[in-house]
Amino acid sequence: MKLMINGQTQELDIAPDMPLLWALRDHAHLTGTKFGCGLAQCGACTVHVDGQPTRACVTPVSAVEGKQITTIEGASQSSKVTQALQAAWLANNVPQCGYCQSGQLMSATALLSQNPKPTDDEINSFMAGNICRCATYQSIKTAIKQAAASLA
Amino acid sequence: MTEDHWIVGKSLAQDSAHLHVTGEARYIDDIPVVQGTLYAALGLSEHAHAYLRHIDLSEVSRAEGVFAVVTAADIPSENHLGGALKDEPILAVEKVEYIGQPIFAVAASSVEAARRAVRLAKIDYEILPHNLDIRRAVAAEQFVLPTKRLQRGHAQQAIQEAPHQLSGQFSLGGQEHFYLEGQIAFALPKEDGDFHIHSSTQHPHHVQEIIASMLGRELKDIEIECRRMGGGFGGKESQASLFACIATLLAYKTQRAVKYRVDRDDDILISGKRHCYDIRWQVGFDEHGSILGVVLDYASRCGISADLSGPVNDRTMFHADNAYYLDQVDIISYRCKTNSQSNTAFRGFGGPQGMMAIEYIVEEIARYLKKDALSVRRINFYGQDERNLTPYGMRVEDNIIPELTDTLVQSSSYLERRQLIEAFNQTNPYLKKGIALTPVKFGISFTATHLNQAGALIHIYNDGTVQLNHGGTEMGQGLLTKVAQVVAETLQINPSHIRCTASTTEKVPNASATAASSGSDINGMAAQQAAEVLRARLIEFLAKHFEVSPEQIQFKTGQVFISDKKTLSFAEVAHLAWFNRVSLSATGFYKTPKIHYDPKTMSGRPFFYFAYGAAVAEVLVDVLTGEYKVTQVDILHDVGDSLNPALDIGQIEGGFVQGMGWLTTEELWWNQAGKLMTHAPSTYKIPSIGDLPRKFNVRLVDKKPNREATIYRSKAVGEPPLMLAMSVFFALKHAIESIADYQISSQLNAPATPESILTAIQTLRSFQSTTAA
Repeated sequence: MKLMINGQTQELDIAPDMPLLWALRDHAHLTGTKFGCGLAQCGACTVHVDGQPTRACVTPVSAVEGKQITTIEGASQSSKVTQALQAAWLANNVPQCGYCQSGQLMSATALLSQNPKPTDDEINSFMAGNICRCATYQSIKTAIKQAAASLA
Repeated sequence: MTEDHWIVGKSLAQDSAHLHVTGEARYIDDIPVVQGTLYAALGLSEHAHAYLRHIDLSEVSRAEGVFAVVTAADIPSENHLGGALKDEPILAVEKVEYIGQPIFAVAASSVEAARRAVRLAKIDYEILPHNLDIRRAVAAEQFVLPTKRLQRGHAQQAIQEAPHQLSGQFSLGGQEHFYLEGQIAFALPKEDGDFHIHSSTQHPHHVQEIIASMLGRELKDIEIECRRMGGGFGGKESQASLFACIATLLAYKTQRAVKYRVDRDDDILISGKRHCYDIRWQVGFDEHGSILGVVLDYASRCGISADLSGPVNDRTMFHADNAYYLDQVDIISYRCKTNSQSNTAFRGFGGPQGMMAIEYIVEEIARYLKKDALSVRRINFYGQDERNLTPYGMRVEDNIIPELTDTLVQSSSYLERRQLIEAFNQTNPYLKKGIALTPVKFGISFTATHLNQAGALIHIYNDGTVQLNHGGTEMGQGLLTKVAQVVAETLQINPSHIRCTASTTEKVPNASATAASSGSDINGMAAQQAAEVLRARLIEFLAKHFEVSPEQIQFKTGQVFISDKKTLSFAEVAHLAWFNRVSLSATGFYKTPKIHYDPKTMSGRPFFYFAYGAAVAEVLVDVLTGEYKVTQVDILHDVGDSLNPALDIGQIEGGFVQGMGWLTTEELWWNQAGKLMTHAPSTYKIPSIGDLPRKFNVRLVDKKPNREATIYRSKAVGEPPLMLAMSVFFALKHAIESIADYQISSQLNAPATPESILTAIQTLRSFQSTTAA
């Protein structure tokens, strides 16, 4: 099966019903995308499919054939929005255990790509599906606003 | 902040932050697997209490991709988990005692194959009656550990003689840890029967002990390693060992590497949680609200085995006072055996439940006397030179709670806002506001004295860079960063020249769990001592080499000054020392001073010091739906002289929100058959970004160094802030009791879910209409 991951076509020996998360982690060896719950309820596995935030743990690879898949590894290299967010993340000491953070950053990237200047309520509603048990939410919010300002 | 420190006290970024934002930080599941790695799954009990009449695993063994199937019979030596008490098997023998108890395990070529295979088991159960009810367990005297009692004076008599009496009962729910990285272990066979196991654990030494006893090997044969956890919160203290045992047992059986990444639902079904409690209380008090006598009856659901329930419930008893002097007091603690997951450590470790009771009582006294609860709190606070002895006989010598509270009352405009809120409630029938201020006094140290020790190992390489290892583990709290700051300060080197290495039993033996908030206190001290040994060794060498007196050598901001004639970089010093055959490696060790405690009499000084804080929470409740918002939270918290203010504030915010989850949205629910039904994030609601208080002001207490000689006079911060969230619960209670003009207790239980709030409101309304009629 051919998948377009981070701008490159990769031929992977996988079944069409395999969740994208395992194709990325176990076959493309991109481990920045994390397994959290397997139910699309925690957001740790968030990637972009044609720019849209998508939960890789419940998305079969057959559904993303021919589409542009972007992971944290790709976004770190190619997305100015992600890079601005990463800088703000570091400036605000966001990560604690870090496990949910690549998912948080992928969702935040999608948010700022669609809405360059989100309000508090817009951040709350867009980021609601990305849970952080360390509860770094306060600094996530600050960092998103700071990144938005730096991109303006 | 102490001015003369170069590195300590600065808000340095966590050492892994740059890796976390790019997805490069490596968790156990990200470690490249070796050739032939197999994947594990567990077969779990489907009944809450039953004999295992027959287990037929033939179809499991024949399933595609399966390499090994193991039961208790395959365990070469000891089949037990747990610490002091060997009361819980790794794999069930003869009977099962909760739904989710592991019975057998499978190793297969893929996770999917393993998980498909375990479903093919045919198990014949002989079902027995089960019980999850706490009070039924008390009545039947079903306990995992003996009941404990802590008394001072004659509480019952004091209550009877007091001008006023109140009594009541309430329940506190448990809490699932929901570390985002689930339990995981990766076991690699080494030569000669040894094993190297990557385990996501707060306590590598404990995992090492359990695996060695399971295999009938010695500690020297087993290495446990953990670079970082994706969250721990207490859930990976004792309970990581089961999963590491399963991976290792299968690796032993197959002689291949085995990874066990636990499915989320299985993780929640199998592993223990924060203890839920049923609490009964009686109090006697005077017209000012001064508590004259109190009886507290704590009964907790411990699950099938003792696990850490002993020290957890002890800590409940030690925190029954919270910040208040209880002169005549009688505390009883029942540790109930139930057919449920074996409950365990969770941030606060029983302390939160202990405190909730006395805070509940204080609120009830205030409502009864028609006073602001703040005035009742103040009148009962510990004194400075008198009224300062805890029920367990430790003198509170560092009490800052009265002044801390005064500062917070001012900065949060608590009194003005309370008046505005009560006025708002008079004119708004459907939306009600509430406000509460709650204090926290939390004892720091392991209550088991022997655990208050730590070791560190530091290497200086001849290029001047340093590898730092200690017994602590990193779970997001920033421990490795704080300890690196301590070493950088001691050696006066840039922290970028220090590599914090993974926690491993090969570098520091016999390490205590990273728990009890004590990580930076004890490991920081051990690392400082190792660094001081190395610095002294270097000074001695340099003095001889350059023929100056040791006093003329100074390590300062990355350089080493040799009297006034020479300045060397730290790298040059390291190289020179190596060339002259000076040892550049040292260990450090620390044991917490002053503490002593007699578990028989429950008296002594179990804590080195106390950490303090207080929070004001304001909420808005919709009385038609029971839904609510936390509109504002103001926190003032004491971390002594902070080692790293940014990390500390992160712990305070995160701890508070996690505590808020425990007391509000997080509800564990078991069905009649004894199955935990809230075993996924779809049904178990931890706080998300929208649950944050609308206004969230967090401040550190200024210029209050720890009066005890802790590492740079800092204070522990991991657990205490969690209990600041009690303010949210009591603000909710305040809001809903406004509908009956604060005349009646709402009998609100925790978690205060919208459903539970609605029920409390209906109770208030029906009581009101009854009394009106």
